[in-house]
Amino acid sequence: MKIIVAIKQVPERDAQISIDAAGKWIEESGLQYALNESDAYALEEALQLKEKHGGEVVVLTAGPERVGPTIREALAKGADRAIHIDCADLVKLDALGVARLLAAAVKPESPDLILTGLQSDDLGQGQTGVILAELLGLPHSSLILHVDKTDTGLSVKRELEEGWFQLIELPTPAVLTIQSGGNKLRYATLMGIKRAKTKEVRTLTASELAVDSAPVVILERVALPQKQKSTQMIPGNPREAAAALVEKLKFEARVL
Amino acid sequence: MSCIYVVIEERDGRVSRISWEAIAAAQKLAALTGQPVNAAVLGAQTEGLAAEAAAKALSKVVRIEHPLLAAYTADGFTLALQQLIEKENPAHVVFPHTYQVRDYAPKLATRLGQTLVGDVTAISDGPLFTRQLMQGRLNGSYRHSGNGPCFVSVQAGAFRAGEVQPGAAAVTVFTPTIEPAQIRTRPSERFRGAAQTVDLGAAQMIVGVGRGIKDAANLPLVQALATALGAELGASRPICDNGWLAMERQIGSSGQTIAPKLYLALGISGAIQHLVGIKGSQCIAAVNKDPGAPIFETADYGIVGDLMEVVPALTEAVKAAQQ
Repeated sequence: MKIIVAIKQVPERDAQISIDAAGKWIEESGLQYALNESDAYALEEALQLKEKHGGEVVVLTAGPERVGPTIREALAKGADRAIHIDCADLVKLDALGVARLLAAAVKPESPDLILTGLQSDDLGQGQTGVILAELLGLPHSSLILHVDKTDTGLSVKRELEEGWFQLIELPTPAVLTIQSGGNKLRYATLMGIKRAKTKEVRTLTASELAVDSAPVVILERVALPQKQKSTQMIPGNPREAAAALVEKLKFEARVL
Repeated sequence: MSCIYVVIEERDGRVSRISWEAIAAAQKLAALTGQPVNAAVLGAQTEGLAAEAAAKALSKVVRIEHPLLAAYTADGFTLALQQLIEKENPAHVVFPHTYQVRDYAPKLATRLGQTLVGDVTAISDGPLFTRQLMQGRLNGSYRHSGNGPCFVSVQAGAFRAGEVQPGAAAVTVFTPTIEPAQIRTRPSERFRGAAQTVDLGAAQMIVGVGRGIKDAANLPLVQALATALGAELGASRPICDNGWLAMERQIGSSGQTIAPKLYLALGISGAIQHLVGIKGSQCIAAVNKDPGAPIFETADYGIVGDLMEVVPALTEAVKAAQQ
């Protein structure tokens, strides 16, 4: 089975973020980046499918030069090779524009399966995989926790709301967006890290892919959210703050 | 004149709460654009659902009916709505942001050369659509450009279902053309996971733990506080994904919805998927090391600090208060 895993590099969860001077995006200088969490689960699912059924795992990402270490991390975990769409201004594209770039890179590869995380931790649109399927004319299913290969294609476990699930059968080639938590993530081994250095990373430019990625929806500005409630912030050292909170819960909120 | 369409979902045979919220959002949009609001219901039998929607202040309700729409599939719903949209040419199509909508609305938008603005929390003059970025730590305002319908899905709880006024809308039937071979996925009946033994929904006191706990080895600290309070232990998704606590203790859109007297959120940043599950809490207190964590926008009380220090201090303070 030839599997392409579309991954994204995103700011680390704990990163302190600030808004850039133009108010259009976050200040990127000095930020630490990491592999998007649900994409890590998509990669894990792909590696496990390869271990069971053989084949090849190719990681695909769009982003500026800084995505290099994230690509190496995926290769170190066991992906066979990578395709990097060099694109400096990803944030200026919309979900359709990014998916068009990815689709153009996927097409000549003719994979059996395309996996991606269900959403990115930065923009959180959760659309890339679904759009990719439509652009490639393939069936898809989203929020997938488990993938089984069958004689005719795939049987997948889809998460619904409030603890419900559903099995879905679909033919291959197909696109699946992977929910976190379905597998246990592996760490890269020392051997894996060593091997990753010699694996192929093919770089494509957006202009080579010749797609129209002009945005239909435009991010006009970003802002800090306004507080919905007046939260009482309790100052002091841990002991003082804890005592003050318990006091308030007991006598002010009357919930203790 | 161009119009707004709201796509309604059912739940247990009735219009779902979030669908009413989507109608409220569409009416907000209508106030800005002057466009009439229509609704569409999809299924094999939609009469009851359409009648329920038609009792509200809508211009019309369209029953998109076809035997192949009996069970949801992305292929079926996309084809059906594509045909209605091409016929009616609406300016805006508004969806409730549910797992189902996430599964097909981006596909439908793509087919029509558009991009969905998903999970919208506010609509303002322009129209500008606000949605959360960076796990709720920032808001982004989006504008639709170009021709063709603008697709928007609205976040649960962002608009008020109660603001939808009563009315009497005309009901029409639209029969899409769908061939069996066009439906490529075969869904099973839905099922529950393992039997639930923890009912967080009924608990009066809940201590929730998130990524801030760093390591499973630190969980006893949180357990000690829960024991002192007589509280149930709950968690945000990553804790359950890591297998540190059972999945049935997960609070949020994919887990349990809670409504305790007190919810104590420890090391939980407050991503929307978690916040939707805790909205019903009477009082929320949060401890987090990041003063910018979105949980502090929802909490009644907040302490910025290190869990390793604050949680044991809280346990002591709770015990002292009980004496």
